[in-house]
Amino acid sequence: MNEHANTPAIEMRGVTKVYGSGNTRVTAIKDIDLTIGKGEVVALLGPSGSGKSTLLSSIGLINPPTAGRIMINGTPVMDGPNELVNIRRYRREHIGFIFQKSNLIPFLTAIENVLVALAIAGTTGRSAKKRATQLLESLGINDRANNLPSALSGGQQQRVAIARALANNPSLLLADEPTAALDGKLGRQVMELFRDVGHNSGAGVLVVTHDQRALDVFDRTIHLEDGVLTNQHEASAAH
Amino acid sequence: MNLAIRDIRHKLGRFALTAVGLGLLLLIVMGMGGILKGIEDDATLLIDALDADLWVVQRDTRGPFAELSRVSATLEDRVRSVPGVAGSRRFVTHTVQRVHNEQPLRAMLVGLAWPDDRGDWLPIVEGRSLSQAHYELVADRSLNLGVGETLRLGKDEYTVVGIVNELVGSGGDGLAFVTIADAQAIQLDAVGEATRLERSSRRQRGARQDLGQTQPGLLERAEGPASLNPALGPPPVSAVLVNLSPGVDPEFVRSSLMGWPDISVYTGAEQRNLLLKGPVDRARRQIGLFRGLLVVISAILMALILYTLTLEKIHDIALLKLMGAKNSMILGLVLQESFFLGAIAYGIAYFLGDLVFPFFPRRVIVTNDMLIWLALAVVALCIAGSSLGIWKAINVEPNEVLA
Repeated sequence: MNEHANTPAIEMRGVTKVYGSGNTRVTAIKDIDLTIGKGEVVALLGPSGSGKSTLLSSIGLINPPTAGRIMINGTPVMDGPNELVNIRRYRREHIGFIFQKSNLIPFLTAIENVLVALAIAGTTGRSAKKRATQLLESLGINDRANNLPSALSGGQQQRVAIARALANNPSLLLADEPTAALDGKLGRQVMELFRDVGHNSGAGVLVVTHDQRALDVFDRTIHLEDGVLTNQHEASAAH
Repeated sequence: MNLAIRDIRHKLGRFALTAVGLGLLLLIVMGMGGILKGIEDDATLLIDALDADLWVVQRDTRGPFAELSRVSATLEDRVRSVPGVAGSRRFVTHTVQRVHNEQPLRAMLVGLAWPDDRGDWLPIVEGRSLSQAHYELVADRSLNLGVGETLRLGKDEYTVVGIVNELVGSGGDGLAFVTIADAQAIQLDAVGEATRLERSSRRQRGARQDLGQTQPGLLERAEGPASLNPALGPPPVSAVLVNLSPGVDPEFVRSSLMGWPDISVYTGAEQRNLLLKGPVDRARRQIGLFRGLLVVISAILMALILYTLTLEKIHDIALLKLMGAKNSMILGLVLQESFFLGAIAYGIAYFLGDLVFPFFPRRVIVTNDMLIWLALAVVALCIAGSSLGIWKAINVEPNEVLA
C-alpha cells in the first residue's frame, strides 16, 4: 500500500493572513486549522468578505500566508510567508484550479485547453492527447473537443475547465464558486461531478460556494466568518 | 503546441491588418534607404562610367559637378603632352529642359569627344553608339525616347540612335550623349537676332580699336561666325579628363599639372568625393535624418503594438502562471508572436517594395546589405518592443485570475 495513502491531501495549521499594516491592517483569515483527506469533497461556506477567497488562494499557494504552516500530501510547503519547496512546480504537479468563470484560454480549443495543462507539466505527444481525450470523454464533452470556448455553453466550458484541472492528477482540487454562473440544475450536475471526481480520483476537493441547494453532495461543509472557521459538519449533519 | 500560432490564428484578421500596417511602415523605411542609395549611386554614376584617372578643371573650382568650371578646349592637347598621360578628353555637360511631344523633357547633356570618343563604352541596350559628328544622340531610357525618334535642341533636329539603361545625373535627370560640338552648339545657341546684334557690336568694337583700323580683314571677319574668327577661339569646355599609362603614379602627373596656373587637378576618387560632399550631401543628410526619425517612430509603434498584444493576453498569461507554466513558456508566447509579426511585416515590405519601387521617378536601390540591415533592425525592434510586454507578463501575479 502506498505510504501516503492515509496522508491528508491538505493540512493547515494556524494559518493567518494579514493585509496592510498600521491603521490599514486587516486580518483576512486567522488561525485556520484545516485538514482535507484524499478523496474527500468539502464545501466552504461563508458570507462575502469572510476570507473564503484568501483561504483558497493560500491553500493554492498563490497568496502566501503571514503565519502558519501548510502541508500538501504530507510535505510542508509553506511556513508563514517562506516557501519550503518550488511553489510553481508544486502548484503545477499537485493542485488543480476551477473558477467561477471557466477561464478557458479563448484561442485554444477544448482539447488544447487540457493539453496545455499537460504540456506545462511536461507531458506532450500521444500520451498527452490520449489523457486529454479520456478526460473529456469521462466528462461527456469529447464531441466538442475541437471547439473553441466561445462555441461551448457555460456548462460545457466548466466541464472543460474541470478536465483541465484534473489533467495532471492533482492531489488537491480547488474550486471558487464554480456554479455561480450556471442555472440550478446544471449547477447541481457540476457539484455532483466534483463529488465523483474526488471519490474516483482520490484528490481532495475544496469548493467555495454560496449555493445551498447542492450541499448534500459534499462529504463535509465548513463555515468561515470574519476569517475564522466557525463550525464543520459532516454531510449527514449539514442537511 | 505553439501558443503564439494559435493566438494569431484566433485573431487572424486583426493580426493581418497590424502586420500590413507595420509592413507599410517598414516599406517606407526600406524605401527611404533605397532612395538615399539611389541618390548616391546616381550622383556618381557618370563619374564612374567616365572612368578618368584625373579631372582637370578650372583653377580653384571643385569641378563641373560642384560649380561652373570652364577650361580652354586646347587644354586637352596640352595635357596630352605631359609624361605619363595616355590620353585626354574634353568634357562638357549641362542640363536642358524642353517640351517634347507636349511633355516636359529634362536631360543632362554630356558631350563626347568626337571622333576619339563615339560612346562605344556606353552600356547601350538598344540601337548603337554615335556614328557621325553631328545630330545624333544616345539617350537614357528614363527620357522615354525611342530609337529613331527626333528631338529638336537648339536650331537642329537630333536623332536618337541608341538607348542606355539607368544612366542618370546627380539630379536624377536622364543622361543624353551627343558630340562635344553639338553639346556646345546646344549650350551656346542663340536666336538669329541675338547673333546679328553680337556680330554688329563686335564690328563696332573692332572699328574703335587700332587693330581693326589697321587690319580691315579682321573687321570683316568680326561680322562672320565666331568659329571663323581666330581671335575668339573655340568655346571653353567643363573639364578635361585624363587617363594615365599603366603603372604611372597619379600623384606624379598631378604634381606636373598643378604647376600650370590656370587649372586644378583631382583624382577620380576625389571628384567622386567632392560630388558626394557637395550637391548630394544635403539631400543625403535630409533623407538620412528622416529615415532615422522613421526608424524611431517604427520602434515606438512596434513597442506599442506588441505591448497591447501582450496586455490583451495578460489574463491568459496569469492563468498559465497559476497552472505553473515556466517563464520560458510565457516568454516564448510573447516573443514568438512578436517575431511572427516582424517577419510577416518584413515580408510584406519586401514584396511590396519589389512591386512599387520600379515605378518611382528616381531610382530606389535596395541592396542585399540593406535588406540584411533591415532584417536585423526588425529583430532588434521585436526584442526591444516585446521587452515591455515581457516585463508585464513576467510580473503578472497568478492571483489576478481570481480577481
